[in-house]
Amino acid sequence: MIFSLAHLYVLVGVVLAFVALMTAADRQHPQRFGSALFWGFYALVFLVGDLLPSAWIGVGVIAMAVLAGLRRVAPGTHGQSSAAEYAVRARRLGNRLFLPALAIPVIAVIGSLLARHLHIAGMPLLDPGNPTLAAVGMASVVALLLACWLTRETPAQGMREARRLVDAMSWAVVLPQMLAMLGLVFSDAGVGKGVAYLATHYIAMDVRLVAAAVYVVGMALFTIVMGNGFAAFPVMTGGVGVPVLVGVFHANPAAVAAIGMFSGYCGTLMTPMAANFNIVPAALLELPDKNAVIRAQWPTALTVLVFNIVLLYILIRP
Amino acid sequence: MRLFLESSMAPTVSLWPLIGVAVIVAGFILRFNPMIIVVGAAIVTACAAGFGVLATLSAIGAGFLKTRNLTLALILPLATIGLLERHGLRQHTQDWIRRFRNATAGQLLIAYLAVRELSAAVGLTSLGGHATMVRPLLAPMVEGAAEARHGRLPDRIRYRLRAMAAATDNIGLFFGEDIFVAFGAVVLITSFLHEAGIDVDPLRVAFWGIPTAGVAFAVHAWRLVRLDRTLAREMRDEVGAGTTAGAGTEDTAA
Repeated sequence: MIFSLAHLYVLVGVVLAFVALMTAADRQHPQRFGSALFWGFYALVFLVGDLLPSAWIGVGVIAMAVLAGLRRVAPGTHGQSSAAEYAVRARRLGNRLFLPALAIPVIAVIGSLLARHLHIAGMPLLDPGNPTLAAVGMASVVALLLACWLTRETPAQGMREARRLVDAMSWAVVLPQMLAMLGLVFSDAGVGKGVAYLATHYIAMDVRLVAAAVYVVGMALFTIVMGNGFAAFPVMTGGVGVPVLVGVFHANPAAVAAIGMFSGYCGTLMTPMAANFNIVPAALLELPDKNAVIRAQWPTALTVLVFNIVLLYILIRP
Repeated sequence: MRLFLESSMAPTVSLWPLIGVAVIVAGFILRFNPMIIVVGAAIVTACAAGFGVLATLSAIGAGFLKTRNLTLALILPLATIGLLERHGLRQHTQDWIRRFRNATAGQLLIAYLAVRELSAAVGLTSLGGHATMVRPLLAPMVEGAAEARHGRLPDRIRYRLRAMAAATDNIGLFFGEDIFVAFGAVVLITSFLHEAGIDVDPLRVAFWGIPTAGVAFAVHAWRLVRLDRTLAREMRDEVGAGTTAGAGTEDTAA
């Protein structure tokens, strides 16, 4: 196939390797070596991760966390344009600027819908194992070419811009993958089983409404504790969602998972642990009350949570 | 020393790995770096489950490798978005959004909520954000709209409007992105269910996100309509109190 996940991982690895090399070559970088090491290791995970023993990767992951924790990962220097230059360029391209930006989702959605029918020389164009992600990869490549053509820039400039954006997010780029890793470790270690044990032994899970409420509220509570729905999801879905709601009450797994994830997001709206969504903006907007954003959000979050319980209950009714 | 309890599902269930959850809570209360907290919780949990050093490292490494797909859709579009930003995408979007200037604060936020939720639903999660959109654009526009209608705002109301602008950005993003098939959430859901032996089509997961996403929009939009009403009432009272106070000052001055 032409766009397989393995190819796209190499592509991500190449982008990250450029970030690492440009960081290493950036003499004015405040944390040149720590940052280069961080991005260099992350690039290796994508380029040759399948060839390395997983224990080595584990050591590298811990090293990355330590580098981030010791503030050894920082943004480098980037040539920024002035506001006037931006305005002039914006006027030159106008609404055409939206084209490549919109091309990514449009091509991704069309590609994933038509994946089964797209073949070139007898080979499937998109990875049949994960056509959606493969379509996003293909869309990104097409959109980059489109953007280069439109702006008359080179892909090398694209790499420089990618580094600027990666630097702006810094180690937070890795956080979703870190939290998902924690979810898998939790599930290997039986945290879900522990939660399921406590839930089924102390709560009457054979009552449908109670089971629905435990899953929905549990997702929200775990997200409040962990600050991220991605870390809560494997625990609650492995502990209650799959064994009880799908296994006992035969609920549609896609519906259970989607409602569960949204219940987690309700938790995200109510927790100071989700700092970048709730605490950072309060600082950014110069609000004296650091919890002002949470105060503005909780009524919406709680109402949606109640709706989720009702929806899930309706879905598992006999 | 091992803590085992009888269970009907499995012969024995160890509750020790739940210590990992406590590590996360303690880490955040002590304000450690999230990367350190996550890795620390992973190590503690694996050890509590009786994994050896090598097995712990392998579990962390294998878990990290298996979830690379989450980062794919985050990194690959960056070169394109960066190039477009270099050519004024953000400035052009700001000019474009200024067309909605004549609305009330609540109407402005409802329009933003709709745009944010729909654009996140087609994967354009980067078309908003607190640093790029809320602070430079949305919050000033909302405050401006309220001032044009009600006169100078007291700080208390100004802060509430700003917080609502940030909240609206979050709500639009969260309940939009889960409908986009290629975004992290749906990918995480399908890969987790696959590991659990259940294969679902990402489009089905996205489809089942739609009812909650719709209700979230309706609830928040209704609260924004009410925001307009309370704003009008409070500013009426405020103006009443303000004139009395103003008259008082003039008396003293005279």
